[in-house]
Amino acid sequence: MTMIFRKFGLALLLLTGMSLALAQQTLRIGIEGEYPPFNQIDQNGSLVGFDVDITHALCAEMKVQCKFVVQSWNGIIPALLSNKSDLIISSMAITEKRKEMLAFSNPYYFERAIFVAAKKSTLQITPEGLKGKVIGVQGATVFEKMLKEKYPGINVRVYTAVSDHNLDLVSGRIDAVLGSDLVMKPWLSSADAANFEIKGAPFVDVKYMGYGAGIAARKSDTALIAKVNAALEALHKNGQFDAISKKYFKDDISH
Amino acid sequence: MNELISQLQTELPDFFGGSTDTALFSTSDGLILTLLLQLIPMALGLALSIPLAFARNATSVWIAKPVWMYTCLFRGTPMLVQLFLIYYGLAQFDIVKDSSLWDYLRDPYCCALLTFTLNTTAYTMEILAGQLRGIDWREIEAAQSLGMSRWKMNMHIVLPSALRRSLPAYSNEVIMLLHGTSIVSLVTLTDITGVARHIYSDTYNPFEPFMIAGAIYLMLTWLITRIFMKMERRWLAFLKPITANSRAKTQ
Repeated sequence: MTMIFRKFGLALLLLTGMSLALAQQTLRIGIEGEYPPFNQIDQNGSLVGFDVDITHALCAEMKVQCKFVVQSWNGIIPALLSNKSDLIISSMAITEKRKEMLAFSNPYYFERAIFVAAKKSTLQITPEGLKGKVIGVQGATVFEKMLKEKYPGINVRVYTAVSDHNLDLVSGRIDAVLGSDLVMKPWLSSADAANFEIKGAPFVDVKYMGYGAGIAARKSDTALIAKVNAALEALHKNGQFDAISKKYFKDDISH
Repeated sequence: MNELISQLQTELPDFFGGSTDTALFSTSDGLILTLLLQLIPMALGLALSIPLAFARNATSVWIAKPVWMYTCLFRGTPMLVQLFLIYYGLAQFDIVKDSSLWDYLRDPYCCALLTFTLNTTAYTMEILAGQLRGIDWREIEAAQSLGMSRWKMNMHIVLPSALRRSLPAYSNEVIMLLHGTSIVSLVTLTDITGVARHIYSDTYNPFEPFMIAGAIYLMLTWLITRIFMKMERRWLAFLKPITANSRAKTQ
């Protein structure tokens, strides 16, 4: 009997030892998985998108194993802070507030804010024109904060994911949506969005939208961020970044 | 500790429809919305479940089966699935969107009320129907021997007795409904849980907001339990064991 226990204990020790060694080499990447075309789960159940391709390229460049941790957007920072992931590569805008608790890489792409509404809508994108209108936005994003503070008096509906507010835009529950041009444009070219268009001019408000999208780590992981920055630099140099960018956006989105 | 208290102070008003610079209850966010989503479906559900409970026990299968189907559907699926089907699902059909019903169904609040009413009616009705079936045959015999009509017997003997006996099980359903209302923040409504989620996504700190939300639900549950205890003491007094004291009184 004791033999069995000893053998079992040894096996357990070996197993934990192995998984520990493995864990040291594996970076856990926090990703939302509901933000096409940056990250989404396709029909086969696998993660695809710009962020996913960038992650694979970065991890190959850094010569580390990477494992995705799919996590809903509003819990993605707490998951990193409570050590359930090591990096967030999920189109996170670099804002002052987030910088207080996270370390960010150099921005890897830049986006603009747009309002999207029905083609037949006469919505004016001014504080007066938007007053009293029902506007949808994804929660815990730079757009939510901007919408609430910049345009007082509008009826803000906060959604968990972009696909949810797009559904309600189509069904007519909301008058318009505020979001990222890089996310809304691909949707606008889909069949669902045939009757919808961008209203007003795309804009950037650094106060809310920050300085582009970055890769985030815990504040103490400065060495990791330095490694990520070096790898990003290398991807730009060898043309991989440009190729991935053009695959999704027909354009280089890194500036 | 001081930091925790100051954080609670700034976050607490949000749960009661206020904020650091607006008065409490200036909006219906938080507590008021949770109470509305609890009380309106409860009242409607109770009213609907009385005729439906009789229909459920009817001898005619044409009346009993449809009601059975309805409870089967609404007790057999999670409330979140029902809410998503009614909120996102119905909006997919042009017939619904072109009808006058859309004026109500486009509003997330109405969708939530509809879902919760349908859900709680199914449970309340089954509780009541079970008590109607379980009534003591001697009560029925007594009523019949007095020459009561069926309607009179149901209204004066069967229903009051079944309603009383339903109280303990019904209090559970009321508490389950209260906790069930916490799913509405997924269709953009800001109830107690919705407020907690907003604070959480603003501060990236889940502990304080969800602790406050939990404490409010706990207090509401305690209140419900107290009210039902009072009601049971009053209306279920006849089920209490006879003590020497009470026997002395009756003799």
